[in-house]
Amino acid sequence: MTVVKHDYKGEAAAIGFTLQRKAGNDQTSPLSGLLSFRWVLVAFVLILWFVYYPIIDNFIVSTKNQDIFTGETAFVGLDNYRRLQSDPIVWTAILNNTLYAVISIVFQVFGAFVLAALIEGLDNERWRRFWRAVYFIPSAISITVTGLLFYFIYQPDIGLLDSFLTQIGLGNWSRAWLGEEHTAIYAIIAMSQWQGFGYSTLLFGIAIQKIPRELYDAAIMDGAGTWRRLWNITMPLTREMTGLMVIVTITGAFQVFNEVMVMTAGGPNNSSQVLGTWLYQQGFIENDFGYGAAVATVIFVITLLTGFAQLWYTRKRRVHL
Amino acid sequence: MSVTLQSPEREPVDFVQMLAKVCLVTFLVSLGVIVIYPLIWMALNGFKSNSEIFGNPFALPTSFTIGNYISAWNQGIRNYIATSIIVTLGSAICTVLVSAWTAYGLTRSSLPGKPYFVGIVLGGLMLSPTVAVIPLVRMMQDLGLYNTYWALIILYTAFRIPFTTFLIRAYMLGLPRDLDEAAIMDGATEGQIFWKVILPLCKPILVSCVILHVLFAWNEYLFAMIFTSGADLQTLPVGLTSIMAKHGTNYAIVFAAMTLSALPIVIVFFAAQRFFIRGLAEGIGK
Repeated sequence: MTVVKHDYKGEAAAIGFTLQRKAGNDQTSPLSGLLSFRWVLVAFVLILWFVYYPIIDNFIVSTKNQDIFTGETAFVGLDNYRRLQSDPIVWTAILNNTLYAVISIVFQVFGAFVLAALIEGLDNERWRRFWRAVYFIPSAISITVTGLLFYFIYQPDIGLLDSFLTQIGLGNWSRAWLGEEHTAIYAIIAMSQWQGFGYSTLLFGIAIQKIPRELYDAAIMDGAGTWRRLWNITMPLTREMTGLMVIVTITGAFQVFNEVMVMTAGGPNNSSQVLGTWLYQQGFIENDFGYGAAVATVIFVITLLTGFAQLWYTRKRRVHL
Repeated sequence: MSVTLQSPEREPVDFVQMLAKVCLVTFLVSLGVIVIYPLIWMALNGFKSNSEIFGNPFALPTSFTIGNYISAWNQGIRNYIATSIIVTLGSAICTVLVSAWTAYGLTRSSLPGKPYFVGIVLGGLMLSPTVAVIPLVRMMQDLGLYNTYWALIILYTAFRIPFTTFLIRAYMLGLPRDLDEAAIMDGATEGQIFWKVILPLCKPILVSCVILHVLFAWNEYLFAMIFTSGADLQTLPVGLTSIMAKHGTNYAIVFAAMTLSALPIVIVFFAAQRFFIRGLAEGIGK
């Protein structure tokens, strides 16, 4: 499931690697082949019905304007898509999703990589395990809980952040972080970094652990220092992981919903809307299913592009390896 | 150490290394505080009275009474946890079982055209629930599943099959073929090979898959919010937002409720960390 962003990471990082594996040999007689279909039947019915078909149906819905309560529908062709173009909130949302992607790449890909390298460089396995686990804790907790928690942390009256700023003498920086149009989305994105970086760090940690120790031993023999080893061994050998994480992070950033919904629901004055919350607002609050579906199509197209980028990237890497 | 005897220039290097080490530890500890302190603050606020919460946020509660926790538990958390357990376990069992069948079919059965089937299953990884949500509402209403446990169990299963199948498939590809061949020699059918030979061998990855699924299902929000409307059918994440809406002014209870919803999953994570990490490692590829 892709809404829970951290969850999506492991998932999507996985896609590419499968393609590198060969399917087992087929020695088939037609009848036993047909019988073997029973193994995949349930999964196929479920996936085609509930995962693939809704995508097609979504496009059909988007060409109609209908009301879920009266059930009346009218075919409107691509009207909903024309409306998208002239809807300023859609552009705000795309901008916010892009911000989300960019900031998450900085912290959850590059920051997490550096952090993972630092942790894996510690001498004591107990401490390595300790730090991995500590940083991961927020990722195990539901975004609803962390979203609400930061909703409170950002409050001017009871929140931690403004009190902290006042205590260190930056009291004039304090504000209602979620209540002001130009800070709301940044406050949400910051929460998301807090929650998600530990997951990426864990993934990078696993990737780094897969690097053969002999490479490092040989480099130490040759007199390579910490930075050289990081630059010449760790970086190149986790490049595949890094590339995938960039793509996965972009995909995740365009599907953000949960934290925005919990913390601001897109406000104030729609300044923190993202595509996911705008879809919800239009489809489920305004009951404009057709237009909501059109917004969903935008998300679909963007995530499809990043999905293909991921396939292309892993294929390309595979040739080089 | 002999190093110092060999080269006197070694000394400043050691100092630099020492300094680097101190910086590193300071950095790791500060980051750790940033990560953990908000969570501790959340749990502590659950012990405070409402007026204390409006006081100094860094202060400790004057007394550790569990009154707020008990009210939060009685005012919904209990029901939400029950629903979350039903949905999480139900979908975990369905997902892992169906995915194991599928992975078996895709790796070891005589199914023709396996690569295409693999493509279809794993292509599902690219499709997001957000995009499907509007059509799914109508679909679930037509099926009469709207506002039932089944809506969530079916959707969690369907959307998690691709990932879970991927993990189990990778594991099955690594199991030696001789096992099947030996079983076939003994006259075992595909079904028997699956249940008696392959499935028991896959136990480690199955456990990892259950853990990954539990983490996902326990925390899922979008589907849970849209496909359930009654208070008795809400899962924890959704229930928490209704507690927030209902007791918006009684912050102490909300904090207690948040802590109670976070606690089980943190415990599960620590208890099952090993399996969780192995699942991910498996997913990243050997």
